[in-house]
Amino acid sequence: MQLEIHARKLGSIVILELIGKITIGDGSNKLRDEVNRLLEIGEKEIILNFANATYLDSSGIGELISRHTTTKNQGGHLKLLKLPRKIRDLLTVTRLLPVFETFEDEQDALLSFGIIGAVPKQHG
Amino acid sequence: MTLAEKVVEITIASSLDLIDIATITADHMSKLCGFDEEEQYRINLAVRESIANAIEHGNKYNLEKNVELRFILTDVLLSIAVRDHGAGFDPASLPDPLDPENLLSPAGRGILYMRSFMDEVELVRHAEGGMQITMSKNRKPQPDSPSVAIEPTTEVP
Repeated sequence: MQLEIHARKLGSIVILELIGKITIGDGSNKLRDEVNRLLEIGEKEIILNFANATYLDSSGIGELISRHTTTKNQGGHLKLLKLPRKIRDLLTVTRLLPVFETFEDEQDALLSFGIIGAVPKQHG
Repeated sequence: MTLAEKVVEITIASSLDLIDIATITADHMSKLCGFDEEEQYRINLAVRESIANAIEHGNKYNLEKNVELRFILTDVLLSIAVRDHGAGFDPASLPDPLDPENLLSPAGRGILYMRSFMDEVELVRHAEGGMQITMSKNRKPQPDSPSVAIEPTTEVP
């Protein structure tokens, strides 16, 4: 399935749910465009949730690096949540895993931004 | 060519939206070989990367240039050859994506993935032009069947 991206905002942090394939062409372009759109409107604290990402290729990896660098250069942060093992392996093979902050738990990812009062308390 | 061999050949135009057609075939061939889900995924990715390279860097998205794939399944391995019709290049000239200077480069990891996920990968200039990547994955011995029964050669035009 082609990539779908659903955005939701918690405090000052935007979580992008990535659903489907992040591959050369459509998938990579969508990811680039959505992160760029957020940066343009001043949303610089971003979490990419990979829980429903089914596939990533080298183009998708390249786009992750580019968006990470762009976000960082603008004073923001781009963090990765719930990486499937296969995608984690791709980052490991290319020695890129240490470049990113990765989390298994959404609340941990939100709290890592260290913005007091920015994240509403999660119930349930 | 050995007697116990299956061959599938596919030709696609240089369009990214045709890659899935070839990777579906890769999945099917991998299943015929008895590779588990993880190995199927790795072969799928290696094939995807090789075709994407052929389309982007070889044929430069020229729809009049094709990418030709040849899958060969034998009783010991799965071999996949991917050929483009571009200018070709010297594999030794490619930058190392693991070099710290290149680590954050947005491109240049496709061949690394092929080499990491397949047992053998060879890049050569094709005698009639373009580059050809030939990669193979060894089949694992089946504990319950001392010899893998394979039908005689089947060719798909």
